[in-house]
Order: sequence, then C-alpha cells, then structure tokens
Amino acid sequence: MSAKQNYEGPPPWRSIGRHEMLPEASHDDAARFDFLAQLNHHLGSKVLPGIQRVYEREVEPEQRRRTGAGFRNRHEVRRSLGRHPGYRSWSALRRATMEMRQQAGRMLVLRQWGALNQKAQRLNEAGLGESLLLDPAIETPRYLAAVDHHCMPGSYHAELAPGDVAAAANYDAGIFVTTGGLLGRYSDGGGRGVVDWVREHLPDFRPQRILDIGCGLGHNVLPLARAFPEAEIWAVDQAAPLLRYGHARARALGVRNVRFAQGNAESLASLGFEDGRFDWVQSTMVLHETSHRAMPRMMREIHRLLAPGGITLHIEQPQYHEKMDLCEQCLRDWDAFNNNEPYWTRFHEVDLDAVLVEAGFASGALLHGGVFAPAEDAEAAAAREDGAPRSEDFGRSPAWRLVGARKAAA
Amino acid sequence: MSDPADPAAALADYLRLAGARSKGRRPWFFENRDAERVLGIAMALAQELSVTRDRLDTLERLLEQAGLLRRADIESYAPDAAAAAERGRRTQEYLAVLLRVVQQELEESEAGPEERSSEEVARELGGAEAESQ
Repeated sequence: MSAKQNYEGPPPWRSIGRHEMLPEASHDDAARFDFLAQLNHHLGSKVLPGIQRVYEREVEPEQRRRTGAGFRNRHEVRRSLGRHPGYRSWSALRRATMEMRQQAGRMLVLRQWGALNQKAQRLNEAGLGESLLLDPAIETPRYLAAVDHHCMPGSYHAELAPGDVAAAANYDAGIFVTTGGLLGRYSDGGGRGVVDWVREHLPDFRPQRILDIGCGLGHNVLPLARAFPEAEIWAVDQAAPLLRYGHARARALGVRNVRFAQGNAESLASLGFEDGRFDWVQSTMVLHETSHRAMPRMMREIHRLLAPGGITLHIEQPQYHEKMDLCEQCLRDWDAFNNNEPYWTRFHEVDLDAVLVEAGFASGALLHGGVFAPAEDAEAAAAREDGAPRSEDFGRSPAWRLVGARKAAA
Repeated sequence: MSDPADPAAALADYLRLAGARSKGRRPWFFENRDAERVLGIAMALAQELSVTRDRLDTLERLLEQAGLLRRADIESYAPDAAAAAERGRRTQEYLAVLLRVVQQELEESEAGPEERSSEEVARELGGAEAESQ
C-alpha cells in the first residue's frame, strides 16, 4: 500500500487552483498554510472528539448531580464546558490558529501588494462602470463594522489605499486553511453544490437573470455563471476590495457573464433593480454574517426583486433544533464568541421558514434540501468513498442546509 | 503610503500590518494570560519548525532527483567517532542555551543571604533622596 493510500488529511496548498490574481507564494508561505491546515485538521479530528467525551463523562453528569437536571440550553453548556481545561486548550489553540492564518496570509499579500493591485487594475480596466460597479456611497453596515469577521484585520472592507484588493487576496489564498481543501481547488464547493441541487430538483428551471447577494470575491457565483452561460448574472456585495478582486479573478478565469456591483442587500434600489427583475436570488453562507434586523429586510427585498415564479435559495450550516445535542450546539457556536461571527449564534435558532413567509412567500412554496460540495474529479470521489467517515469540524464542514422559496406566479 | 498601483510597492510597515490585531476584544481562555501568551509564541515556533522541516524535505528530494544524494543514506547515516563528538558537543551547547533560565533560577538559591537586588543597591548607594525621587 502506498503512503498516499494511507493518508487522510488536507491536500497540499500547492494543489489549489491557480489564476492570475492569486498571490504568489514562496516555499515557506505555502509551508505555513500547510502547517495551519494540518493544525486545524488535528484540532477538529483529534482534539474536538475529546471535548465531546469530556462533556459526556464529566460536565453533563456533574450538571445532573448538582442541579438534578440536565442543561437547558447551549449557553449553559458553554458556561460549564468553558471552565474545563481541555476546552480552554482547544479554544486557545483554535484562536491562535486563526490569528496565525491571518498573519501568514497578510504577510504574503502585503509583500506583493503593489503588483496585486496593479494586476487587478489591468484586468478590471475594460469592465469599470460596465461589469464592475463600485459605489462609494455604500456604507459598511454595523453588523460588518463592529468586529472584524473571522479575525481578519480590517475585515472585508478596509482599504489600505484606494484601489486596494489586499483583503480579498488574503481571503482567497488562505480560506484553504480553514476548509482543508474540502471546498475544492477553487473554494467553490458551495456554488457547485447549489448548481447540482438545482439541476436535480428543478430540472426545468431556466433562469434568465440571477442575483447572488453577499457574493464575497465570487467563489460561489462562478459555478452558477458557468452552469447558465446565457443568463445575466449580478453579484452584489457591500465591500469594494472583494468586488475589485472578484471581478479581476472572474476575468482571469475566463468568466465574463457576471457583473460585480457594490450594494447593500437590504435595499438594492441604488442599483436600479426594478420589482420582479430576477428569476433567482441566491445567498451562500452569507445570512449568518448579517443581523436579526437586516436579515428579514433582505428577504423582503428578495421577494420584491423576484419575478413571479422566481426562486430564492439560501445555503447555511444547519439550524439548531430540539433534537440537536446541546454540546454540539455549543461547539457549533464557538465561532460566534471566539472567531468574530457575532450573529452566528442567534441566527442558527431563527425559524427561516417563518421569515420567508413574513417576507411574502407562501408557506406552501417553501423549498428545503441538503447541499454538499461535490467531489471535483474521480480521484477525489474515490478518496471520499474509501476513507473512514470524516470527523466533523463543527460549523466548517462542506455540507449545508438549503432553505428557500418560490414566489407565487402572477 | 505606498502607491497601490506600483508593482514594486510593498507596504513599508507590512510586518506590523500583517500581524495587526482584528477588531473585537479578544477572548483569553487560560486563567493565566501569561501562559496563553507563551502558548501563542510556542505555536508560532512550532509553525516555523514545520516550515523548516518542509524546506529540508524539499531540499533532500531535489538533491536526490539531481542524483546528488540518496535519502536512504540519510536514514542509515552513522557518524564516525569525530563526527559524533562534534555533534554531541553541539547538542550539549544547544541544551545549555535552551535551558539557561532553569540553570540560573537554581543558581539563585545558592546565592548568599547578603546578596541584594540592583534596585535595593540603588537605594543603598543613592541614599534616601534617590528613593524619594
């Protein structure tokens, strides 16, 4: 048996999909990403199961002994489990890993900052005002300004100078570390999964106009653009560095039917979108980074933007529900408190069906399903089938719940 | 501020910017924050050791590809007496450097009761005025 057959773990960073915008990495830059991906893999597959055992054998029985009853909710679990030295070590290591990943990515990006910005400028030149629409009047909403998401210094929106793409370049190069390559070589597993789901469940759906909200740097919208090459596709985000980089990246990858536009999905009137403009409005791992006030407003705006018979789909990690173990809920909540994902916790207890109905969709027209990142090739598929069941690094696995709705036909 | 469109531009203070904190007060997990700080440094060292080992591995493989060495020779390498002594001394020096702080803490217990700290001696030599300043 070869060493390769025995190996279960992240692929090398060097195997990620290259394109002209991807920052150049030295041997040691790549080695840092490889180390950090392995460290995350270790924390998820070797340390995390130990935390669950601690909960089952010590923390939960102790709670029963002390109070005569079990924990009532995930917050009580967090307060008790949070005192255990094992949980603290896991947390301190996980937080340190996030910070080290940011430093490694930013170091490699800022070293070649001028060259990256120039590449983006060159690739974007022809599209400015056409397929790249920036709007300096868009203000960063409180839910993205209050803390820097996933410990990214400056978050998605900060610019070190006008024309800066550093935040996006860092995200693109380093997302591999937290996903361990499970989203695929182009980190687009979410988008490819959505396309597969639509083809399987809505085989007659022929969208003419598609809107992707919270597109980030476009990882998940490009699979939609490839699947529906005739469609007019808009990718909207509120952060200019992501759009600049995303537009340039799409060009570098030969995708030309996506317009990247700056806007706030709570109201896209600033982009001149009339009622009923779109056949499909998509969000992929976006809602949890909004807020309890903004998210229902987005749903109402989506309802307005959809044509009669149009659909909206949203991909997220599973919502918490009564049957989900409280320890699992607590561990899934970790990023909310310790990795600057502040809406993650409340979001995952929201009844999304009710939010959609409140936004105007009929309760009989809701859509539900499961989406996973498809294997990219036969080799990857075989590796997945051969391997033992993958341990789950809660909140970060490449499998999601889909919730959505179809707008009533006129 | 560097020109963002100049291909040669690297931000002058890119090291500070690369390691900048993210907004949002940081949770500390250990009861003793000093211990968590040391853990952070230890993990960074662990990362850099891993980077160095990868580099060494790359080097060995490239040398083997070029026919300049066989990696099996590395695995079975046995130093002769002279090389072993040289290597042994280097390991001893390394350990002495690594564990200096332990050595010095133990030496402190051997100091006589009359030994003073520099701060105490500063008061002694400077008189009462120095102390009140």
